[in-house]
Amino acid sequence: MTAYLVTILILASISAIVALGLNIQWGVAGLVNFGVVGFYSVGAYATAIVALGGGGAWGGLLAGVLASAVLSALIALLTVRLTDDYLAIVALGLAEVVRLVLLNEAWLTGGPLGISGIPRPFAGLVTEANYPVLLLGMILLALAATLLFAEALVRSPFGRALRAVRDDDTVAAALGKDALSLRIKAFAAGGAIIGLAGALHAFYITYIDPSQFTSIVTAYAFMAVIAGGRGSNIGLIIGAGSIMALLEATRFLKDFIPFLDGTKLAALRLAMIGAGIVLLLIFRPQGAMAEPRLSARASRPEAELKPDRLSERKVLPHAS
Amino acid sequence: MSALLDVAGIEKKFGGVAALSGCTLSIARGKISGLIGPNGAGKTTLLSVISGALSPDKGTVSFDGRDLGGLPPHRRAAIGLVRTFQIARELENLTVFENVVLAGSSPEEETTFRALFKRRGLKQSQALVFERAETILKRAGLWHVADNLASALSGGQKKLLELARALMLRPKLVLLDEPAAGVAPPLVKSLIGFIRELAAEGITFGIVEHDMHLIASLCDEVHVLAEGRLLVSGSFDEVSRDKRVVDAYLGRAA
Ligand SMILES: Nc1ncnc2c1ncn2[C@@H]1O[C@H](COP(=O)(O)OP(=O)(O)O)[C@@H](O)[C@H]1O
Ligand SMILES: [Mg+2]
Repeated sequence: MTAYLVTILILASISAIVALGLNIQWGVAGLVNFGVVGFYSVGAYATAIVALGGGGAWGGLLAGVLASAVLSALIALLTVRLTDDYLAIVALGLAEVVRLVLLNEAWLTGGPLGISGIPRPFAGLVTEANYPVLLLGMILLALAATLLFAEALVRSPFGRALRAVRDDDTVAAALGKDALSLRIKAFAAGGAIIGLAGALHAFYITYIDPSQFTSIVTAYAFMAVIAGGRGSNIGLIIGAGSIMALLEATRFLKDFIPFLDGTKLAALRLAMIGAGIVLLLIFRPQGAMAEPRLSARASRPEAELKPDRLSERKVLPHAS
Repeated sequence: MSALLDVAGIEKKFGGVAALSGCTLSIARGKISGLIGPNGAGKTTLLSVISGALSPDKGTVSFDGRDLGGLPPHRRAAIGLVRTFQIARELENLTVFENVVLAGSSPEEETTFRALFKRRGLKQSQALVFERAETILKRAGLWHVADNLASALSGGQKKLLELARALMLRPKLVLLDEPAAGVAPPLVKSLIGFIRELAAEGITFGIVEHDMHLIASLCDEVHVLAEGRLLVSGSFDEVSRDKRVVDAYLGRAA
């Protein structure tokens, strides 16, 4: 039972990290990344290849983060001059290209067989059986660090500028914002986080192959961000957690409903998540939590929010 | 008196439609200039060309003695050339306060590096921006709604928000596209007083407007545009007596 809980927590934390990355890209900056899984798998494979190639676990982790960040920056650079829809299509296409490369460039990726025996950080410290608990600890730390990183960005002037570019890039430009560079930075920052999640995936499974990287990864990330509220990091952690809880809870349905077999159940669970998202979009489109806003009241505590000069002028006609 | 803004020979076609066909005019430093003309004369297009949102097919724009050719819109805003939009374009998911603070924050403050590693310094520089935001929102009569989402403002308040945002950039020239359109008459009166005050503080204005009362009471000089080019310039009295202007408004421009 403990082992099962540890597994669930690890998977939930990794998907929460993916969602934090997508939230910077899509939630805050409005960049529709339909290719999340592509960046995630690049993170995982770069980690595996570098770790096994002599970089060790930590070198692999760094490589995973950097590879995904650089690839993200490149994709953003290639598409930011186009409209949102193009980025979505290019990202989707990229995920497919990555999948094909993973399958066919066997000299590098092991092809359909994948890569096994990926070194793990601090592997010597505990026994093989206890390692998942140690890994969970590290993953939770990574989640906390990612959350701090994302919160620092989202609540900063940088995050505000991203939200402006998302809402109306013409207006943002008229206010002196370089939409192009802001978008590239946002996409790269989100890509780095998604790459980190990919690296953690590699450490957890220690054996990666292309079949683990399906568009479900992308779908979960979008679901978490939608459920949590676009732009809200805290909200999406709740979102990612709830989705995982729902998915896992429904796993036991087949113990109670006799005619359900494994395949049917898997399909049913996805359908339930889909229905959940539709209901959410109808009844609470803003998600669980609103994106953080800078309050005038808190920023200028000594100034009361009272009706002011121009509105008084309405009463006292201006001499002209 | 040297001009702050010179546009010369601007041409801009949309498909087959020539929105601007050899438009030349200047805006005098420290003055309020009006830009009037019938619908479709090319006024909004001219503002977009000046602000860099559209690039002209031909012609030059120079600002403060500098040729702006090829300079992207955000760089033009940074050197003090700021425009507003005919249909108010508030950033709807930002609050009023955030809209204004956004405009007042510099690119240096908006780096990821500062967000992550220079938080104390950032807090200090942002505090100054917050203070200015309060001052400007108070002057614009928007302070009491500072924490509302910008999308919740009335049409007139959105126009004021655009002006407040522009002011946060410490502009030399503010180009307003129909600031009084859809604004309740008492608020138009306030707006006129506000613009006059700002002009007295040294900001140059270029105002596109159909409200002739606003143009008459504010503008030192009026440019009349028709069919994509300058028809005539002069004081409001001069241009309003000009037969060509009357003809243009009646759709009989030569
Ligand atoms: N984005 C556009 N695409 C196509 N035609 C346009 C566009 N913007 C303006 N026009 C056309 O250019 C002409 C000038 O428009 P505009 O500058 O908006 O005039 P004004 O602001 O003086 O009313 C009009 O004929 C208009 O239909
Ligand atoms: Mg117009």
